[in-house]
Amino acid sequence: MTIAHDFAYLRPATVPDALAMLADHRGAMVLAGGTDVVPWLRDDAITPETVVDIKDIAGFDAIDVADGVLRIGPLVTFSDLIASPVAAEHVPALVEASHTVASVGVRNRATVVGNICSAVPSCDAGPPLLVYEAAVEVAGPGGERSIPVLEWFLGPRTQALAEGELVTGITIPLPGAHGGCYAKLSRYRGEDLAQVGVAVLALPGNDYRVAFGAVGPVPFRAPAIEERLAGGGPGDADPAALDALVDEAISPIDDVRASKEYRTHMSRVMLRRSLAAAAARLDGGGPPYGEQVI
Amino acid sequence: MKHTIEMNVNGEAWAVDVAPGETLLEVLREKVGVKSPKIGCERGDCGSCTVLYDGKSVRACLVLAVEAEGHEITTLEGISHDGLTVLQEKMVELSSFQCGFCAPGIVLSVHELLQERPDPSADEVKEAISGNLCRCTGYDPIVDAVLEAARIGPGDRG
Repeated sequence: MTIAHDFAYLRPATVPDALAMLADHRGAMVLAGGTDVVPWLRDDAITPETVVDIKDIAGFDAIDVADGVLRIGPLVTFSDLIASPVAAEHVPALVEASHTVASVGVRNRATVVGNICSAVPSCDAGPPLLVYEAAVEVAGPGGERSIPVLEWFLGPRTQALAEGELVTGITIPLPGAHGGCYAKLSRYRGEDLAQVGVAVLALPGNDYRVAFGAVGPVPFRAPAIEERLAGGGPGDADPAALDALVDEAISPIDDVRASKEYRTHMSRVMLRRSLAAAAARLDGGGPPYGEQVI
Repeated sequence: MKHTIEMNVNGEAWAVDVAPGETLLEVLREKVGVKSPKIGCERGDCGSCTVLYDGKSVRACLVLAVEAEGHEITTLEGISHDGLTVLQEKMVELSSFQCGFCAPGIVLSVHELLQERPDPSADEVKEAISGNLCRCTGYDPIVDAVLEAARIGPGDRG
């Protein structure tokens, strides 16, 4: 099936050029890896008059560290992140999540920024970016702004980007020593979306950050769970109390991929295992990154 | 609005007129005349349209042809123009495929893996082809052929 409607294809070389095009063509769709945009075009889920391909913008494919901040450009693919020693050193849980995204042929094209711009509730980049307290850097008609990932996801397939704005990167303050974990429940390796995603960061001093994906309208942090865990080892919290906090935090749906009950049960199991793995990794042990805990 | 794109397909320079809405898969099959990338799910799930894009496997159904300006595309035809590769020979020998619809995509996915990891583990092979659906074989004879080909090495045939 071909893409039925016609659109103009533009290819800016700079951010100012891209912003001018977005200003001139209201409703234009930005194209990076295209692994979501192209199927949407084919399905008529979107019918933009203009598509703005940002792949010629210099520097957009960079992963770098400066002044204590890791920056991921909007053209950085999941494969780029997996191959990056800098990412492995500073944000191993995000790299672990990258390994779970679809398959090699999609990861070679799909970008991390695109993943959170599509903002599906099951997006694999969402929970790790939440626990790393990343920010989305945006340029637009009103200048530049930085949106904390905590405020980025507004609803299923909806994020905080305004008309005419362009994401210019994701920034992550270097977390320092930590153990991380991303666990993904899916039916098979390959193309499946997460039925549950759990990201955990264990920081020195029994400080934990916990985020869930695919069990609510948006990926989200779970502050009540973090407070309960604070100050103790991962096994110190009463398991029944922890399960109850998980049940309160999540709002899973029934769909073709999994039932509400299954998602609930697995959210509890995955939180426990991710906590144990993250805490062990903080201490230099635990399963190697990339080895799924479920 | 038509765009004239220049790209390299299997070592040949091509200039093709394309509309923005045409996918690389459609243009390869209908305008360049390369038929090994198959039209399967057309949403990036099945892997049967896999091609190498600057040496990296991508889904040709998820790339607009107009994006390919200046890029190098390799299809199955491009890696076996001097005859079958060792990998393909082992796949024939071990009856890796039945209907063969998934074969071009799987050969290219494995080709990419073997370029990066000449001696992969069975798990790495499974990961490399996890985005290529095969509904005939259950994958085992494919994985066996890859491991066997890796053991022998590519020799002078890539």
